[in-house]
Amino acid sequence: MSRDRTIPGLTVALAVCAIGGYFIPDWLMNQMMFGFARALAILGLLVLWRTGLVSFGHALYFGLGAYAVALLDINLGISDAFVRLGVAMLVTGGVGTLLGFILRNYRDIFFAMLSLAFSMVLYGILVKTEALGSTDGFTVSPPTFLSAAPEGKYPLFVLICVFGWLAAVLVQGYLRSTLGRLTTAVRDNEIRVEYLGYSVARAIHIKYVMSAVLTGAAGALTAMALGQVDPDSMVNWTASGELVFVTILSGPGSVAAPFIGSLIFELLRTYAFELVPHAWQMIVGGTLLAVIFFLPGGIWSLFARALKADK
Amino acid sequence: MSGDPILQVIDLQKTFGAVVAAKDINIDVSTGEVIGIIGANGAGKTTFVNMVTGYLKPSSGTIRFEGRDITGKPPRLVTQTGISRSFQVSQVFTSMTVYDNLLTALAITDSRGFNALRPIQRPDLTRRCEETLVRYQIDQYHDSEASTLPQGVRKLLDIAMAMVSKPRILLLDEPTSGVSAEEKFNIMDIIMGALKADQVTVLFIEHDMEIVERYVSRVVAFYQGEVICDKPPEEALIDSRVREFVIGEEYPLEVREAGSHADH
Ligand SMILES: Nc1ncnc2c1ncn2[C@@H]1O[C@H](COP(=O)(O)OP(=O)(O)OP(=O)(O)O)[C@@H](O)[C@H]1O
Ligand SMILES: [Mg+2]
Repeated sequence: MSRDRTIPGLTVALAVCAIGGYFIPDWLMNQMMFGFARALAILGLLVLWRTGLVSFGHALYFGLGAYAVALLDINLGISDAFVRLGVAMLVTGGVGTLLGFILRNYRDIFFAMLSLAFSMVLYGILVKTEALGSTDGFTVSPPTFLSAAPEGKYPLFVLICVFGWLAAVLVQGYLRSTLGRLTTAVRDNEIRVEYLGYSVARAIHIKYVMSAVLTGAAGALTAMALGQVDPDSMVNWTASGELVFVTILSGPGSVAAPFIGSLIFELLRTYAFELVPHAWQMIVGGTLLAVIFFLPGGIWSLFARALKADK
Repeated sequence: MSGDPILQVIDLQKTFGAVVAAKDINIDVSTGEVIGIIGANGAGKTTFVNMVTGYLKPSSGTIRFEGRDITGKPPRLVTQTGISRSFQVSQVFTSMTVYDNLLTALAITDSRGFNALRPIQRPDLTRRCEETLVRYQIDQYHDSEASTLPQGVRKLLDIAMAMVSKPRILLLDEPTSGVSAEEKFNIMDIIMGALKADQVTVLFIEHDMEIVERYVSRVVAFYQGEVICDKPPEEALIDSRVREFVIGEEYPLEVREAGSHADH
């Protein structure tokens, strides 16, 4: 077996981004923050995808994470980035654990649609409730870091990079463990897994909670990077669809794929919008079609090919 | 060999609507027995195995394993108590290689507590994996994807995977179905050789009477959900009801009696 260079690769990438980030223009830093924050959610969806499950409702957790940050800010005046992130992950972990008891009994389109239904419940509540910001949402004050309140976005950018690296390394370790192997194994043959003495429902539940927490972190970091939360871009079904879209674009091949795919998506969307403001979706959609037809392994397969070539 | 039965099946019944798939089944199995389950298509053989292994809940009756009542327990718990099985259609991880199939099976079986979070590639598991591949003579298919395997190899892999939980009793649903006539004895020799080393009690469903005669110590014949005969093979295969309802009259008795244990 060839040596896996994922973790050294991620570490180099982290160093390059964190150092390089100091010198790049603000617009690029923003794009990278949005891209890498979203990548956390994609990482969670990747774990589900490998298990044969697609959720069309993960904006539920993205929104919960984002709104947790906003509500902490508005009601309690909490601005610390770590507290915000921690609370968002606890909330999404809790909700994920509860809903997981239901969702673990469903597969395929039923799993996808039930996820969607739950996310639309949250959307409905947010839109209808004035105290939750209704359709406008909230603005979020800039984060502080352990009582330091630095200028500019660079500290948050570094936090996103470091957190992304940590999540990727942990998920990589997870995928190499027995629990991680229970992704492909469950997808391939649930009967066999049960007759090996392991509960398929439990395996799926664990993955579901993992993906919920990762997506919650993505929402929280995005809320801080953007400085606002709103139901339409974060909780509506289109936001869930976007997460699935980027997952397919990235490909399931590596824990690095979500970061690359998500950043490319962010840039693609921005440029498409500048180029053809009224039809940018066509460019984005066309790109997805091209990926599905020519790169079934997602954008990652291009990198995988390049890495194989220089071995 | 004898002593308390390892498996006790008492008054087992199963109905699917109007179909009675199992009726008053009573069987005691002793440790070390090799039992052949025979019967025509639809006789209720698979239903019986499904109930013992928790795949189906019986309509009534009791199943005891090593004295414990396991009636109606789900497959996962039945496996954990020490029973394992194979299916009429092999249940393997189709997208994985033979090696990964077995390694995954070993890792899942060894996943109590924090073990589930340990890397799957660890020396104790990989060594056991390689040994098992050799024991079941499928090591030359090490890196082949399971979906591409010949039927016989797939069956062997399936049984090897069923055995990683170190069951004390194993139920095989037609281990040689789909395997060519020439290969059958070879496959059965590998299976029985491997199982003997693990001292596991075996029940297997089989349509081929030559296989039954050669490998079993006891025959249980099913007909329309009922056990119509439960005897050693030399008596069972000449039983008139078995000949009428299971094997058919044309099965050549005399030839087999003389020559069955010598050749192959
Ligand atoms: N899930 C089910 N629902 C309804 N009927 C069933 C079901 N499973 C089995 N049966 C019926 O129960 C009877 C026994 O079936 P079973 O599969 O146990 O037979 P078998 O002896 O294994 O046959 P074969 O040699 O063809 O595998 C058959 O009449 C079958 O149609
Ligand atoms: Mg059958």
